[in-house]
Amino acid sequence: MSAPATVRQSTTTSSIFGVVALGITALLVALPWWGSANTQRKLVELMTLLALAQMWNLLAGFGGVVSVGQQAFVGLGAYAMIFFVNVHKHDLFWSVPISALVATLFAIPIGLIAFRLRGSYFAIGTWVIAEVCSKFMITRKQLGGGNSISLQVKEYSKETRADLVYWLALVAGVGSVLVVYLVLRSKLGLRMQAIRDNEDGARGLGVNVYRTRFLVWLIAAFWTGFAGAVYYIQKQTILPTGTGGAFSVVLWTAPIIFIVVIGGIGTIEGPIIGTVAYYFLKDWLKEYVEWYQIGAGIVAIVIALLLQRGIWGSVKHYLGIGDLFPVRRRVER
Amino acid sequence: MSWVNDVVQGILLGGLYALFATGLSLAFGVMRFVNLAHGDLAIVAAFLTLSLTQKTDIHPLLALIIVLPGAFAVGYVLQRLVFDRAVGVDPAFQIVATFGLGIVIQNALLKKYTADTRGLDLGSLETASIKINDTISIGWLPLITLLSAIALLSVLALLINRTGLGRAFRATSDDLDAARLMGINVRRVYGIAMALAITSVALAGVFYGARGSFSPYSGPENLIFAFEAVIIGGLGSLWGTLAGGITLGIAQLLGNHIDPQWGQLTGHIVFLIVLATRPTGMFGKGDAR
Repeated sequence: MSAPATVRQSTTTSSIFGVVALGITALLVALPWWGSANTQRKLVELMTLLALAQMWNLLAGFGGVVSVGQQAFVGLGAYAMIFFVNVHKHDLFWSVPISALVATLFAIPIGLIAFRLRGSYFAIGTWVIAEVCSKFMITRKQLGGGNSISLQVKEYSKETRADLVYWLALVAGVGSVLVVYLVLRSKLGLRMQAIRDNEDGARGLGVNVYRTRFLVWLIAAFWTGFAGAVYYIQKQTILPTGTGGAFSVVLWTAPIIFIVVIGGIGTIEGPIIGTVAYYFLKDWLKEYVEWYQIGAGIVAIVIALLLQRGIWGSVKHYLGIGDLFPVRRRVER
Repeated sequence: MSWVNDVVQGILLGGLYALFATGLSLAFGVMRFVNLAHGDLAIVAAFLTLSLTQKTDIHPLLALIIVLPGAFAVGYVLQRLVFDRAVGVDPAFQIVATFGLGIVIQNALLKKYTADTRGLDLGSLETASIKINDTISIGWLPLITLLSAIALLSVLALLINRTGLGRAFRATSDDLDAARLMGINVRRVYGIAMALAITSVALAGVFYGARGSFSPYSGPENLIFAFEAVIIGGLGSLWGTLAGGITLGIAQLLGNHIDPQWGQLTGHIVFLIVLATRPTGMFGKGDAR
């Protein structure tokens, strides 16, 4: 007779890390009182990128849904925010969660169509749909048509606005980590990981693969739209098309994929490490944009083909460190 | 009656899209591989042709004698050295690797040729046309493009249906392990399939460069049109690719007729409608899901 087994998720490493993470979060929340305005601005960018990366990783790394069209939700969230503020004179900050909801609403028909494709064709399909969104935005004269448009806010002083954007960015960034963590620990996460490991097996055990993936798709759309809206509050001007546009695959999805792959796809820690690495490398090499992009592309190819674990996966593998975010279930006797 | 002209021009434009789409369709058919840098490789061919014509003063279509075998070699080497590692693995890594390749190509072109838009100069061929009546005339260049697409598809159809190599293509596509057991050198088959795919897209890139202007960022748009042509026509159907390309071309030009901003959008909408109502496309065998 074997002893009764218990299922555990947390480890000693993860418990210690949990305390550290809470401390870091507290420090970040208090940053407006101790950090410079410049740091604050940079962190807004970093936090929105982190949110986008976490969501792409939730889809691709855990859900097996690889999208190259997440820029659709960045753009939709951002344009919805501009629409509420400029046209309807809504409060700047309430318009952010509402815009994220708008992005999620759009994600329903987009998902219904795109999910008819699989694998690589799904990826290109989402890309086409993002392109459709950008072309559609050009026909909206009220939102600038094909030209750039500025956010028009009268309420709030410049300082209050900077602080509020910063905290919203923290909600996006830190929140995205928390959301992925909670999703993966939930029943939904268990289904996702079962599908990732063995789709037919999961189906055989009664998992509704389509519904599970669709739900994850909607969660990612909400958070991506949220981050897009926050980013463009700080940026203040927006453009639909071109390589610098809100719907640009080069501007959004390319760095996100790079971040996740270099950090370690299919881990929560990976996108965090990847975002920090990407941000500092980009800042450091800003004089050599093309060389940087070429290097980033080559690194992505090499990692995808040879060292699929990425930075975090390798660290874990070679140093034998446990998960900082315990999302896997282990049976102990 | 100018909409008749739009349809005629749309059919001709469809020839170009079919050329772009053939390689994508072939690589997917033989090895379930989708190369997200497909459109970027076409632009590489256009830029190389531009350099060749500037250095040696030869006609761009004559430069094809050098560019196409070059593309064949590049395709073969790319498959053997790089893409082979991405066949049969998690599609996520296939997507990341080929997407990364696209980014590398775009920025390398940007470095070498700047972001300026260029065009290939075909001389008198660019404007030469056959006048049908007052509203309709058929340009020689679009006509040659369409005929090239038809010729390419015919050659490929013959190759796939009538030769030993074609039999190897079909065998590896149907059952990889069985093909291996029958002594087929799968890596070589894959190499040749990708070589043919890159050759066809290089041809498309040169016609594209002659038709209008191109820049280092023109690749992704062409990937998207190629993809739409494949899906509208139906996955796994060679001639469907031509039908898909023509449907897309007609949709774009009719949309353009109504409002220039709606040209590409109309093409995209037709694609989405096909995907929503008939995901196997016009001639597909039903493997898109």
